[in-house]
Amino acid sequence: MSADSPEEITAHVKVYINVFIALMVLTVVTVAISYVDFAVPLAITVALIIATLKGSLVASYFMHLVSEKSPIYWTLVLTAVFFVFLMFVPLLTMLDHIGN
Amino acid sequence: MDTVATVEHAPARAAHEPELGFWQKYVFSQDHKVIGIQYCITALLFLLFGFTLMMIMRWQIAFPGQPVPLVGGLFGAANAPGGIMLPEFYNQLGAMHGTIMVFLGVVPLAVGAFGNFVVPLQIGAPDMAFPRLNMASYWVYFIGGVVMLASFFAPGGAANSGWTSYTPLSVIATQGQTWWLIGMAFLITSSLLGSINFIVTIVQLRAPGLTWMRLPFFVWAQLVTAFLLLLAFPPLEAAAFLQLMDRLAGTSFFMPSGLVVSGQALEVSGGGSPLLWQHLFWFLAHPEVYVLILPALGIVTEIVANNTRKPIWGYRVMVYSLIFLGFMSFIVWAHHMFMTGMGTLISAFFQTTTMIISIPSIVILSSLFISLYGASIRFTTPMLFALAFLPMFGIGGLTGLPLGLAVADIHLHDTYYVIGHFHYVVAPGTLFALFAGIYYWFPKATGRKMNDLLGKIHFWGSFVFINGVFMPMFIQGLAGMNRRMYEGGRAYQHVQDVLQWNSFMSWSAWGLGLFQIFFIINFFMSMKKGKKTNDNPWEATTLEWEAPSPPPHGNFVTPPEVHRGPYEYSVPGAPSDFTPQGQR
Amino acid sequence: MEIPYTVETRADTGLNNVKLGIWLFLASEVMLFGGLFSSYILLRVGAVEWPFGSDILSVPLATFNTIVLIGSSVTMVMAWASLKLKDLPKYKLYMGLTVALALVFLVVKMYEYADKFSHHLYPSESTFLGIYFLITGLHGLHIVGGVIVNSFLLLPGAKMWETAPERFTNRVEAAGLYWHFVDLVWIFLFPVLYLL
Repeated sequence: MSADSPEEITAHVKVYINVFIALMVLTVVTVAISYVDFAVPLAITVALIIATLKGSLVASYFMHLVSEKSPIYWTLVLTAVFFVFLMFVPLLTMLDHIGN
Repeated sequence: MDTVATVEHAPARAAHEPELGFWQKYVFSQDHKVIGIQYCITALLFLLFGFTLMMIMRWQIAFPGQPVPLVGGLFGAANAPGGIMLPEFYNQLGAMHGTIMVFLGVVPLAVGAFGNFVVPLQIGAPDMAFPRLNMASYWVYFIGGVVMLASFFAPGGAANSGWTSYTPLSVIATQGQTWWLIGMAFLITSSLLGSINFIVTIVQLRAPGLTWMRLPFFVWAQLVTAFLLLLAFPPLEAAAFLQLMDRLAGTSFFMPSGLVVSGQALEVSGGGSPLLWQHLFWFLAHPEVYVLILPALGIVTEIVANNTRKPIWGYRVMVYSLIFLGFMSFIVWAHHMFMTGMGTLISAFFQTTTMIISIPSIVILSSLFISLYGASIRFTTPMLFALAFLPMFGIGGLTGLPLGLAVADIHLHDTYYVIGHFHYVVAPGTLFALFAGIYYWFPKATGRKMNDLLGKIHFWGSFVFINGVFMPMFIQGLAGMNRRMYEGGRAYQHVQDVLQWNSFMSWSAWGLGLFQIFFIINFFMSMKKGKKTNDNPWEATTLEWEAPSPPPHGNFVTPPEVHRGPYEYSVPGAPSDFTPQGQR
Repeated sequence: MEIPYTVETRADTGLNNVKLGIWLFLASEVMLFGGLFSSYILLRVGAVEWPFGSDILSVPLATFNTIVLIGSSVTMVMAWASLKLKDLPKYKLYMGLTVALALVFLVVKMYEYADKFSHHLYPSESTFLGIYFLITGLHGLHIVGGVIVNSFLLLPGAKMWETAPERFTNRVEAAGLYWHFVDLVWIFLFPVLYLL
């Protein structure tokens, strides 16, 4: 277990509260920014950056990834690589035909 | 030498466990060995069924329009009026042959049966990490299999859009396709639960002293396979949901705009992409073919080491190749889609990764060949199958190369060449390795050996006839004969010269079927009447041979400790030509 | 027969079986939703026209739901922390809150769906609606699964606290990891479907 003593747990609880506040702020930002009139590619990029930030907070602190062991960490890195492939490569195969 | 735990001691350890009733002991068992045997028998039955479907197909290919002898009356008037197979029925047989062999036969046997039975024993563990999950995996597989079989009785019969279920054809296909999708959902779930179990077991439950580089190659193979299943199957599950919605809820994920079927415009919103299905399908299906071969490579390695009485040449390089192969298998999938009109740059990318992925396969195969050099080869039945595997897998692998190059693929795509290629890898490749594994580990599971003479007859008959079925496919494919044609290609001018091979191949297929009878008889007869053996009849080094045959619940009377590598055969100065891993 | 390292940590990996197992499951779930996100990308890029999410879907409702779900993630991790501090009543409070917030999310979701259907906005109407219903539907099923597991751990399952407290805490941690993941998926779903 990453944290065992009551003091460490109580310290972690403080972190959870702070992360919660950060997530609330970022949620407001997410919605507010959507009202700004960006071009679609820029809007997507901004939205995904904010979402990634929020997701990282959840993963790092609620899911304790900051202090997790390497088998888990490397499994997730591997998964992330394949995830990125799955997002972009099918698109790349169709790039010749977009808009046809 | 104090390694073997004798059977007399086994009950004493198990005495404090509660006595289990019949259902808990044999049906809903949580013991990996029972579950492994359940997978084995179920998978062998599915293999037999899938093989039978093919034997029926081959009648139609060789003698189109003729009533199928013996069994023609069983198919019903909707499928084969007067015993003459309708094209729709041929398509069902084709789609289900592929589906059943891959998903209900080979993988459950290679991973579910061999993986489950052998891995905990080879790593010195008492069972898998999650025994209840293991039991659930088997029964979910079983349900998936029942759903797949039941689909033959749906109106319009079973799925008939190929095992690849390409859209939009599969979306407008008969009801059987829905059953296929539901069946796949069960099978994928079973697979995912199993892969989690395998990874945790191998990572966490290795016996003390069993470091990564002392693992039997078979265990490494199962570990990489489990990762492939874990990460590659989910996109197909997603795709199955999408196709189910297209079929049942009228969505258009895979339905392009403006589709006209039989003169009628389809009433769907359109805007979907048939290629999306292909991407999601092949993202799984390519790693899937490595799932088909990796456990086989693992089995062959174990048997080669044992029957050459030498360590495997290049073990470390083989392990790195295996890991590299697993990784690469995720980034080659679109080589199944070269003909879909993708741009040349991305096509070059996939050709490159495909060529690169052949390297680790060649390294592994070469290491196995080199391991034979200078060896005292024991031609036991398992070794015959393992030896045959090597060149057969070589042929299968080499014939993949032209398919991986887009230019050559233009000519070869969707021809019989493709069928020849992948069958060489899976049939005289993986299936031979699986047979080798059954002959090899049968004594561990039952305490008896299978009959050697029957085994050798099974081997030679299978070896001859399996080449007879598949070698001519390369000739037919190079002539341009298309796959999935129900009258064996007769309508096409350019294949007339190679049609003669059809009946030769069909007779070879039926001959192949005949020789499996020797195996079936041997398998069941030896369970009761086979020659009793000691715990280590093959004089092997890996940990499973230090457990009793068959092992009790909990496997090892004294928990093993590992002191050396997995293939310490013919160690200079050792008292015998094998030094078990767990021996002090 | 005891399976080693179910509860206690194995020295060289630093993990127990349950923790490794649940993370592997989550890795597979990343690929599952990955398949769906990939489909979204392909369908949207290939579409002749694609609506703005906010024109069809309700951003206020979804924003509310986002806050609810993130809140439930906090209460979930607080539930686990309470168990680590050996405070069973606090654990039950937080776990109860987690389940309650999840149910709120589901109710809002059902209202959203019903609203769409009443305007004849079915999945079959367009690829946008199709992918919207499928992704949020699958996500919703994951929430239902989480509600079932968490309810079990709140009520009948909590008995394990008396006999095997560390094993129970591990189970709650595993359920928590799953729950945070479900929240994580929504964090991406929300802007992609509703705001872009």
